[in-house]
Amino acid sequence: MKKIEAIIQPFKLEPVKEALHGISIEGMTVSEVKGFGRQKGIREVYRGMEYQVDFLPKVKIEIVAADDKVQAVVDIIIAKARTGRIGDGKIFVYPIAEVIRIRTGETGDAAL
Amino acid sequence: MNAADTAFVLISAALVMLMTPGLALFYGGMVRSKNVLGTIMQNFIMLGVVGVLWALYGYSLAFGPDVGHIIGNLDWIGLNGVGFEPFKAYSETIPHQTFMIYQAMFAIITPALITGAWAERMKFSTFLVFMVVWSTIVYCPVAHWVWGDGGWLKNLGALDFAGGTVVHINAGIAALAAALVMGPRKGYAGYGNGAEAFIPHNLPMTVLGAGLLWFGWFGFNAGSALAANALASSAFTATHFATCAATLAWVGAEWIHRGKPTTLGAASGAVAGLVAITPAAGYVGPMSAIIIGMAAGSVCYLAVLAKVKLGYDDSLDVVGVHCVGGVLGALLTGLFATKLVNAAGGDGLFFGNPAQLGIQALAVGVTLVYSFVVSYILFKILDATMGLRVTPEEETAGLDLSEHQETGYSL
Repeated sequence: MKKIEAIIQPFKLEPVKEALHGISIEGMTVSEVKGFGRQKGIREVYRGMEYQVDFLPKVKIEIVAADDKVQAVVDIIIAKARTGRIGDGKIFVYPIAEVIRIRTGETGDAAL
Repeated sequence: MNAADTAFVLISAALVMLMTPGLALFYGGMVRSKNVLGTIMQNFIMLGVVGVLWALYGYSLAFGPDVGHIIGNLDWIGLNGVGFEPFKAYSETIPHQTFMIYQAMFAIITPALITGAWAERMKFSTFLVFMVVWSTIVYCPVAHWVWGDGGWLKNLGALDFAGGTVVHINAGIAALAAALVMGPRKGYAGYGNGAEAFIPHNLPMTVLGAGLLWFGWFGFNAGSALAANALASSAFTATHFATCAATLAWVGAEWIHRGKPTTLGAASGAVAGLVAITPAAGYVGPMSAIIIGMAAGSVCYLAVLAKVKLGYDDSLDVVGVHCVGGVLGALLTGLFATKLVNAAGGDGLFFGNPAQLGIQALAVGVTLVYSFVVSYILFKILDATMGLRVTPEEETAGLDLSEHQETGYSL
């Protein structure tokens, strides 16, 4: 099992989610996050004064998938979250030691 | 007595009352989220503080029987003698009590305007003391001079239809004294690189507040006719068109200057226009109102920019919008006023009476000096005794938690 964590543009969440439904991913966790990468910040202007805003709003998606689905999930995120412009985000893949479904106590792939 | 007039002024009083919570939202949206309740509270609580003060002695000091053209006496303390019969010097067609409650709403919102200057750093207990003293020794006398029966500026012929001097210049220059004595917010180093960013946390709230202010201001300005008549209609019309023009002017100015039209600019321009038309509303025609609005929107935008150059931290631009807008409106009244609109008013420079501009300038100057000096001394005394500011730790934590033990938003 692997955990796929992707930081993407907020407006790309819908297409990514729709496409992941298509390969029967059973669950995901989404959070609104702020951060910066190579894109750095942006300028905002209030009453004529410019401010540098260092942290941009992004969406973080977390999915834990069985080993045989990991590549498909990554491919879908790349295909659907990509605009080709700076600021599209990143994908991180982590090994997962164990998964337990709280309700039944099932573990491993059965708990996904 | 006239039923229509009474109904109109009572409704206008309710409209002006709504401006104070409107102002709370206007200001509340512009601060950082950790100070939203502290900022809203400093406005909302004025309904309580000045409301009670007004009934106990404020109305008597401001509008009571004249003492030396400077202040009212205490004959009407506890609203004694403020009854259902009209008091002819103020209005012949509405109950005296109706006039009193209408004026109460002005006394409440005026000091509330100042709170934008010290937003995000003032200690609540000191704030309350300041407000009681300032209302008593600044608002009441200045209201008496300009509007009270026997007031010396009124006798001189100064034109202030709904409170350019009494409300906006008075509060706006007190805000400058506040910003100077109190010093900048922690982390404020002008704007730009390296400084902490003081970014508004909820501009939709600010725009809603500006909308409520615009709505309530019809009661403020049209209601100042104190009758449901053509003059009220004229003041309503002038108020609206000036505000429309000021909204466009501010947005246009920043579009040229910074390259983008902003929502905060539209809301700020509207308020600047409302401020500037306030003294003129009952004396000028609709085209003059548009010119006054255009001037207010662009000049107040420049005044807000000048703040950074001058180096004081007037957090929410009370000086740039209310003081500068108020002075501009009072002086432009001296240019554009005409008896064609209001026979009981006066003619301005453009209508053959240059002396009016001089009288307007005198009323402006006197209000600026009196309010600034008294407010400055009062701030100094309170700073030395109670302390004006919360501690640096409390400022970092935000006023919501440190002063009120609550938070505006919880997830």
